[in-house]
Amino acid sequence: MVIGLEHYLIVAAVLFTLGVAGIILNRKNVIVILMSIELILLSVNLNLVAFSAQLHDLTGQIFALFILTVAAAEAAIGLAILVTYFRNRGTIAVEDINMMKG
Amino acid sequence: MNSLSLEIAHALPETILAVGAILLVLIGAIRGKESDGPMTELAVALLGAALVAVFLGSAKEAGAVFNDSFIDDRFGDFMKGLALTGSIVTLLMSGDFLRRSGVDKFEFPILVVLATLGMLVLISANGLIALYLGLELMSLALYVVAALSRDDARASEAGLKYFVLGALSSGMLLYGASLLYGFAGTVSFGGIAAAIGGHPSTGVIFGLVFLFAGLAFKMSVVPFHMWTPDVYEGAPTPVTAFFASAPKMAAVAISTRVIMTAFPGAVSQWQQIIVFMALASMALGSFAAIGQTNIKRLMAYSSIGHMGFALVGLAAGTEAGVKGVALYMAIYLVMTLGTFAAILSMRINGKAVEQISDLAGLSRTNPPMAFFLSMLMFSLAGVPPLAGFFAKFYVFMAAVDAQLYWLAVIGILTSAVAAYYYLRVVKIIYFDDPAPALDRPSGTQRAVLALASLAMLLFWVYPAPLVEAATAAAHSLF
Repeated sequence: MVIGLEHYLIVAAVLFTLGVAGIILNRKNVIVILMSIELILLSVNLNLVAFSAQLHDLTGQIFALFILTVAAAEAAIGLAILVTYFRNRGTIAVEDINMMKG
Repeated sequence: MNSLSLEIAHALPETILAVGAILLVLIGAIRGKESDGPMTELAVALLGAALVAVFLGSAKEAGAVFNDSFIDDRFGDFMKGLALTGSIVTLLMSGDFLRRSGVDKFEFPILVVLATLGMLVLISANGLIALYLGLELMSLALYVVAALSRDDARASEAGLKYFVLGALSSGMLLYGASLLYGFAGTVSFGGIAAAIGGHPSTGVIFGLVFLFAGLAFKMSVVPFHMWTPDVYEGAPTPVTAFFASAPKMAAVAISTRVIMTAFPGAVSQWQQIIVFMALASMALGSFAAIGQTNIKRLMAYSSIGHMGFALVGLAAGTEAGVKGVALYMAIYLVMTLGTFAAILSMRINGKAVEQISDLAGLSRTNPPMAFFLSMLMFSLAGVPPLAGFFAKFYVFMAAVDAQLYWLAVIGILTSAVAAYYYLRVVKIIYFDDPAPALDRPSGTQRAVLALASLAMLLFWVYPAPLVEAATAAAHSLF
């Protein structure tokens, strides 16, 4: 069997869905949400690199590098906010994030 | 003619802010003090310099630079002017509030400058990579700003909520961008438009939907509005004022640019999305605000509703519609800043209050503030002859011209519902028994409130400059 573009796209779509489901269904821990966000960004990278190889065009790989960089900054900021939250509330359970109801 | 100096000339406001932000970080680190000292003034000077650069640069010809990823045109100049104005006014009127709440950290002005830099890049983005980088620069700074008051449980919860939902939305936007890149074969908006032609493939439509899910989050329109009331309520009020003004300008600007330059060949596809988002936002903004008692939460629902009205102009997809959107955003910016100047000055014996009932009987304790705030409420409701009426008039006219009759009709009906809660604030101010008197507002807060209110009140006397600028801005996209 030849591994073609569609296989990569399907794997990326599955990863993306898993990431989104992880954010929506998870009721336990905010750290898991951060991991799900990384999963989403990596599925996008897989998509971009697969397309880039398919199209013989480097733009997709450059885009993927930018995403990696931004993902690192995003994780740093997310963890920093999580630390201040933990200091104030003493918990990081998702179901406790309910001081304001929107 | 594609030398570096030409590229810098086209990106002069962004260059000023980028270099200036680094200098500000250095100054802040070397001073080694927690308090903001002259940092606010320096940041305002920097943003002012960028604003001047935008004005001076608006005369020259439009041009796409940096390998076609960055475009400098009249539309961008108009929206950049609005975003910079929003940031400058927010900084000017928030210093007093932050000092009194003990969160006057020097990081705040720097983060505002960085977020504004992200907005300018976003407004000028001419490709998916520049769009993503601008959006993230803006969002990362905003996440931190939302959680600025570190010892406040509500503020850090607001920051955490905003971060999680914001990261999810940029993930969706990116997934859409990757599909668009794959199926159109390029990341530049013009190239995507050329690749789509008149027949978008399924992959492109999927990409379009995901891209708009991400942008809708930044505009805070239904169904991606969930974060807005909580973040508006939880974040410190100056931060809320910032959230309600400048980032909205950038998000609406890039949505308009993407639609007009990348998807002219997929009108029936994006029009459905925009019409749905406009209808749902107008309805939710009108009905959900009715029961609110916290004025910041009220403004959150109000901003959702107003974004819905702005999208009505976008749904038309015509030059008149884009002109309506640009004008709507300009007028909305002034109304929001004025209202938040009033909210920032709501203090009783030095303690900040934010219930609508705290405004009761303001007409007897502080008549000028009562009058100015009431005028802003009338303008937000869209009562003629205030500016808010003209803003709605232009977008609804554009929708009618584009044969979206029922969208315009529902828009007018929901704005009538929305008028109820704006007028309720006026009723509380003028006819309820006085609550304890509010403290005297600071000079800048009074000036911003009075200027915004008078600008809205007297807009009909001389609307030509703003209307002409919006017309030129819209024309540059077609």
